[in-house]
Amino acid sequence: MEIIKTDVAIIGAGGGGLRAAIAVAESHPDLEVALISKVYPMRSHTVAAEGGAAGVVQDHDSLENHFNDTVSGGDWLCDQNTVQYFVENATRQLTQLEHWGCPWSRKEDGKINVRAFGGMKIERTWFAADKSGFHMLHTLFQTSIKYPSIRRFDEHFCLDLLSFDGKVQGAVLLDIAEGTTKVIQAKTVIMATGGAGRVYSYNTNGGIVTGDGMSMCYRHGVPLRDMEFVQYHPTGLPGCGILMTEGCRGEGGILVNKDGYRYLQDYGLGPEVPVGQTKNKYMELGPRDRLSQCFWQEQQKGNTIETKRGDVVHLDLRHLGEEKINERLPFIRELSKAYVGVDPVNEPIPVRPTVHYTMGGIETDANTATRLPGLYAVGECASNGLHGANRLGSNSLTELVVFGETAGQQAAQFAIDTKHVAVAKVRQAAQEVMDRTHALLHSEGTESMSAIRKEMGDTMEQGVGIYRTEASMQQTIDKLAELKQRYQNIAIKDKSSVFNTEFLYAIELGYLLDTAEAMAHSAILRKESRGSHQRIDGFEKRDDENYLKHSLAFYQAGNAPQIDYSEVVITTSQPAERVYGAAAEAKTDDAEVKHG
Amino acid sequence: MAETLIDIDILRYRPEEDDAPHLQTYQIPFDDEMSILEALQYIKDELDSTVSFRWSCRMAICGSCGMMVNGEPKLGCKVFLRDYFPNKITLEPLANFPIERDLVVVMDDFIEKLESIKPYIIPAQEKSIDDGEYIQTPEQMAKYKQFSMCINCGLCYAACPQYALNKEFTGPAALSLLARYNRDSRDAGGAERMKIVNAEEGVWGCTFVGYCSKVCPKGVDPAAAIQLFKVESAKDYLIAMFKPD
Repeated sequence: MEIIKTDVAIIGAGGGGLRAAIAVAESHPDLEVALISKVYPMRSHTVAAEGGAAGVVQDHDSLENHFNDTVSGGDWLCDQNTVQYFVENATRQLTQLEHWGCPWSRKEDGKINVRAFGGMKIERTWFAADKSGFHMLHTLFQTSIKYPSIRRFDEHFCLDLLSFDGKVQGAVLLDIAEGTTKVIQAKTVIMATGGAGRVYSYNTNGGIVTGDGMSMCYRHGVPLRDMEFVQYHPTGLPGCGILMTEGCRGEGGILVNKDGYRYLQDYGLGPEVPVGQTKNKYMELGPRDRLSQCFWQEQQKGNTIETKRGDVVHLDLRHLGEEKINERLPFIRELSKAYVGVDPVNEPIPVRPTVHYTMGGIETDANTATRLPGLYAVGECASNGLHGANRLGSNSLTELVVFGETAGQQAAQFAIDTKHVAVAKVRQAAQEVMDRTHALLHSEGTESMSAIRKEMGDTMEQGVGIYRTEASMQQTIDKLAELKQRYQNIAIKDKSSVFNTEFLYAIELGYLLDTAEAMAHSAILRKESRGSHQRIDGFEKRDDENYLKHSLAFYQAGNAPQIDYSEVVITTSQPAERVYGAAAEAKTDDAEVKHG
Repeated sequence: MAETLIDIDILRYRPEEDDAPHLQTYQIPFDDEMSILEALQYIKDELDSTVSFRWSCRMAICGSCGMMVNGEPKLGCKVFLRDYFPNKITLEPLANFPIERDLVVVMDDFIEKLESIKPYIIPAQEKSIDDGEYIQTPEQMAKYKQFSMCINCGLCYAACPQYALNKEFTGPAALSLLARYNRDSRDAGGAERMKIVNAEEGVWGCTFVGYCSKVCPKGVDPAAAIQLFKVESAKDYLIAMFKPD
């Protein structure tokens, strides 16, 4: 058993993990960092983010605006101390990326340009054309190469965390190419493994987005918080689910139904804004949860367009013209042409809502610390209270760098204050993980892994989708219990050790099922509608009296999770009605009158 | 109506079981919209779970699924069965890379080359975050933007006849990345990096076949980057002749 001692172990090398690694290396070059990823860092799913990253830059904008947009966008389930810290540090961190070379799009005078985004009152989304995540990730990866204290473990799959004596102690890794096990003994661990969108059949996520870190922490007693809040992005390509960025609408793209009608005006997002103009927080620039719900409503009314890839609406960019599309949305044009055979210069793009983002995740405080000493979490795998019940587009890329830095600094300090424990205990704990892993690989089951994966995705779509009922959620819960049972008996044909992807898929499927279960059980007990959690079985309203609370799912081996609740941190913004379009303006006028 | 089928040959190599790589044929239902990557997923899910290949984003941005499709380097997610039907499709690991297993190649040398060219901003002097962003006009950005679009898929190394002959050659993607930083107005590390460019295994290894630019799925045009460097490198050489250290 190879045991490697390090100060800070970081699991996941996307935007959050890389930013954390750099933060440790910059502030404490004497600390050793083990940066672990199941893929090469530049493959991480940060790469696929398109639209941009939010940070206040314009004179007529303010931190208060960004705070208010985020808190109301999250339907008041955000921890406001976290949001405050976030908006205060956002622009600084995006500027840091600029200094490291990120090619943010510029104005003619060479200063940072920003675009409009859904739910944001003023334009504040920094963008690198429509490849913002790609450029952020490559900039961070390339910058990380500067620091000799960062030791990468590329294509090393994390089998489990090690935790005993009341703190995290490291992780057990599988070197994918070699098929050998490596044990990382760490003073502190930062989890940065991304989301879990792959629990659903139709999603914008890469194949690697399988909830690994969430499930690992969950199994070690750290609760998963607010897991019922799953974001459907309103504009994915039908069939494959590939993302058509919100930037399309930020630049002026419109959504129309089968009659060419801009249906959003019928759902409290109007009045209609003339084609060719945009108005922040109106129509197509409403928040994602609302826009996805509107699609479902239109589908019920028979107003969507039937295609062989399922029902769609049209995202029309034609009026932007070829030049603007090429400058601002070149990747969208490339993707649309390749995957649905539509050139958006000449034709509208067929789109439908697809699962995009998990608002919930590993419970942390505002400084990224979990309740397990020494364990931190950052990025989509974490729930630090920023997004509440619905994330605003372009807040999550910024989250990676703001809280990536925080996690790195916090973990570094923890490492300085901590000593490694005796290696014998690490060896023993690691041996248990290796025995379990070995048993899984050599199990002689009969259940088809791909069948379980597919049934899981379908039951999540059906039961824990855009709209939910007690009956649909119960069905999903029952189905997941059955699938978990069948998972105990899965067939793994490939017993070899070199790059055995079948075996990796098997472990990932275990992670996915646990995450899915946390989502479904958290959802059924939230008897209200808030943000992305919408019920149509008598709980259509938000219920602050009973549910202005975070849900906490606690893992119970062999049983359904136990669901508990914790308080939401409210500082300055008292819960109010969440409105967009003209209704929001009326409300603002109202408030000004009252204050006046 | 009978289902239309298509044959796919996959180069199989499992080092623990196989003495040498060999082709294995799979037959799958033809679907007009199916990408090569989706075909591989179908094979893995339905026919043979032991086939290994890398993939993630399925939207041509993560760079994982490079492979040889009928002898040409391609991203599996960006080519479709319809591009080849009714002919048989042959899938092999990227040329010029050692095979790890099946369609998975060893990327170590490629990654080391990317790391070797100092791919980060080396500023003339440290600038504080409090001083805000660097001013960079769209024209200044246009000088390097194209070379910042590389997704590190490795197709250009599979296409490069020089890399095939000499693994010391820095190669198209790494030299493009080098150009990306040298041409950035925020960077002052050009002189350091030109030592890499001028070395024997730097740009002069390139015989300007241009196949790297042809296979690049992102329009990075590494051949252009290398050609630009040759001009600069020749200048460096001439100056050095008249001004010996």
